[in-house]
Amino acid sequence: MDRIRNPWGERTPYPRDGEWPTRVDLHLAGGIEPGDVDDWFISASILHSNGDEIDIAVKDGRIVGVRGDEHSRVNHGRLGPKDLYGWQANNSPDRLTRPLVRENGELRETDWDTAMERVAARSKELLADQGPGSHGFYTSGQLFLEEYYTLAVMVRAGIGTNHLDGNTRLCTATAGEALKESFGADGQPGSYTDIDHTDAICCYGHNVAETQAVLWMRMLDRLHGPDRPRLLAVDPRETPVAKEADIHLALENGTNLALMNALVHQLIARDWIDHDYVEANTVGFEELEKKVKDCTPAWAADICGLEARDIEAAAELIGTTERLFSTVLQGFYQSHAATAAACQVNNIHLVRGMLGRPGCGLLQMNGQPTAQNTRETGANGDLSGFRNWANDAHVEELARIWNVEPAQIPHYGPPTHAMQIFRYCEQGSIAFLWISATNPAVSLPELHRIRDVLAREELFVVVQDLFLTETAQFADVVLPAATWAEKLGTFTNADRTVHLSEKAVDPPGEARPDMDIFRDYAERMGFTDRDGAPLIKWQTPEEAFEAWKECSRGRPCDYTGITYERLRQKHDIQWPCTHGRPDGTERLYTDTDFWADADRAETYGRDLLTGAPLEPADYKALNPDGKAVLKGAEYMPPHERPDDERPFHLGTGRVVYHFHTRTKTGRAPELQAAAPEPWVELSHADADRLGIAEGDLVEVGSARGSVRVPARITDIREGAVFIPFHYGYWDTDNGHEPNGAPRAANELTITDWDPASKQPLFKVGAVSVAKVDA
Amino acid sequence: MKLGAAIGQVAKAERELAAGLLAARERHPDDQDVFHLTKTLAEKERAHIGALAPHASRYDAKVDGGEPGASLPEPEDPSLQLLSDLRHLHLLAAGASLDWVALAQGAQAAKDTELLATVSECHDETLRTLKWTTYRLKEAAPQALTS
Repeated sequence: MDRIRNPWGERTPYPRDGEWPTRVDLHLAGGIEPGDVDDWFISASILHSNGDEIDIAVKDGRIVGVRGDEHSRVNHGRLGPKDLYGWQANNSPDRLTRPLVRENGELRETDWDTAMERVAARSKELLADQGPGSHGFYTSGQLFLEEYYTLAVMVRAGIGTNHLDGNTRLCTATAGEALKESFGADGQPGSYTDIDHTDAICCYGHNVAETQAVLWMRMLDRLHGPDRPRLLAVDPRETPVAKEADIHLALENGTNLALMNALVHQLIARDWIDHDYVEANTVGFEELEKKVKDCTPAWAADICGLEARDIEAAAELIGTTERLFSTVLQGFYQSHAATAAACQVNNIHLVRGMLGRPGCGLLQMNGQPTAQNTRETGANGDLSGFRNWANDAHVEELARIWNVEPAQIPHYGPPTHAMQIFRYCEQGSIAFLWISATNPAVSLPELHRIRDVLAREELFVVVQDLFLTETAQFADVVLPAATWAEKLGTFTNADRTVHLSEKAVDPPGEARPDMDIFRDYAERMGFTDRDGAPLIKWQTPEEAFEAWKECSRGRPCDYTGITYERLRQKHDIQWPCTHGRPDGTERLYTDTDFWADADRAETYGRDLLTGAPLEPADYKALNPDGKAVLKGAEYMPPHERPDDERPFHLGTGRVVYHFHTRTKTGRAPELQAAAPEPWVELSHADADRLGIAEGDLVEVGSARGSVRVPARITDIREGAVFIPFHYGYWDTDNGHEPNGAPRAANELTITDWDPASKQPLFKVGAVSVAKVDA
Repeated sequence: MKLGAAIGQVAKAERELAAGLLAARERHPDDQDVFHLTKTLAEKERAHIGALAPHASRYDAKVDGGEPGASLPEPEDPSLQLLSDLRHLHLLAAGASLDWVALAQGAQAAKDTELLATVSECHDETLRTLKWTTYRLKEAAPQALTS
């Protein structure tokens, strides 16, 4: 079967409470037969967050293909198109193989010692002159757990700066924040196996068919089997999920919270509430009831551009099902009132008592493959091990584990989020920015501004990557990194499944594993603990994993029962996994054992409209018994709305063939050929009105910039347009910037973020659309 | 009965707070969270004046006044402008908050439960603005003072 034309492959239907049938997907390079393969190595996908388990085929020291792991709890042998073809990027001839340093304005090849000395020298100079606040670190959702943990310790305890975040800020910050607000700590309550048991699936702003193709295969196999669950899709676009849905709410961009408030209103009005569960396990019901009192379906219909009866029908689907499974992703996380809308999904599960039982699951999805580890290890805006920066006991515990003074770990405020890190770079107060495995020159909003920041003479930029990305072309030092299959380590998917990824082949040239690069820097900087011993006490990935286990002990993401050896035998284990619970944990909160007690919680919560954190005393008064918190907020309109000059809503997003900025998928021939260039989707009615035909070149303009891309006419909601965000400039003649031919969706996007999660808003913003005359 | 005067005082304080928020918005277009949120909060504060209007007529109070001139003080060191502006907004919000407290006390003494309900709803939102100024200042101060 052509897995480009049919990304999801053949159906293998199964009934409720049945076992998802196995289907082993395999792709080998042309001319290679399974019998030719020298060795197979276990791993999982790092081109999306689903964690599809993959066996890597190696022949003569090169990767020659992949096969889905038939014993995997995640994919039962299946692979998505990116899994099948994406590995070819490893063998790409334009991999970086030697470090580069900027000399007289040009990047020149050099040796590791020269490059690392240059980094360490600038770093030491700035630390002496301006202190730790002069350093910023922007990492990824694509490294391994051991690498993030090393980075987090090095930055928080070594340098002692608050300025460390991941590009997970763009994809999954709202998932983490919403889980923290509702349950006291990050961690997905549900499990993929809930799909096997459920009666209703709700996808909120989650085009799962394209973002997690194998998860969608599992849903499709239930939807096409006996005992079909009902499906609700909330999305302005007519996505593959929307096409399969029983109810599709194609709401106006930026109005998610209005819809969610109306759904909760309706559940209360119809008394589809599990009162015993609410009474025993939650706080805040009365305030929530008050907040949504006036949010009738008719009220929301007006705001969202929907029919009230469709909202009522959606509420009935949610309110009357016996088993409810929900997923949430970028349509909510990257939109206006992101955390508040995502919290309402948590609230729905809480007020209906739909948690911790088979089929009653909730996944605040991750966007990137290893985003869970960025969050766990504290390489994003949290402290390692889901610890609370505002709780001195948590900081002291970390200081003890790292053997440093508590004051060395910044905890006078929330760790600095990515957009603020770039703002400090713009102002000049950060003068050293180290970017690992991400490409902000394409993925951050308002690109002209980001390019100006990266190009600042005063800003010393280190970029660690596989290729000379758009971002790397701004760097002062470029460090060539090894990637998946070229290094050993672990990572964790969106349903808490931990995977081991073996080193199958050597990295190209002098490229090195990211952890070795961080350790090299820490050594050159002379970071020590309070006894003068090296701060980073590990050499190998396995030693780093063992160190991390101590940091995770007793926390929600407890890894203490996991070893590399056990992962080699069992392949996948869901955390928390302890000696008392050696097989891991399929579902959280089965005993309503939330993490919301003030002494244990990862956060005291924030006000969802302003982001202002609650004071510890306020939180203790609100939630003395550590119950789940029903958190709500009133709907306010988005900051930027369409007007006469720019009458359309812009949303950017993902396609099934590409990941992030196509650094890898653009170098896999089948994937690149499937979607070689960006486009803009607009509705039939809008296209007719503007005289635009399929394929016409169209200029889309915002207050920030413009792009010129061909039109695709689809069933997207009238008044909304969509542009995939994957496309930058590395594979154009322009190098790393538009040079008169802008095509990156983020030329258009607004610099604005959710007040609580600090996730940038890529789904709201006003644009104009016009045909470009030939 | 001076409740009318107290209503007028709250309305004046809220007008000044809203104007201050919008002045801060003008000053910080590149601190985008400040830029966007000040507008939202200013809309909230102005809505409070509208919510007081029906009560005002009962007490012969005036809630609509001229637009106050929004003057944010100039700090000695321009790089500390954001801290200075947040401090100013904090004081405006604290003043408004105290005016709400006074009015709430008066409304209770006068057994005016309708007025009290309005006051407590609006006051919570003013307190939210107050808390935001504290939080944003705490967030900005470490970098502003050590760079």
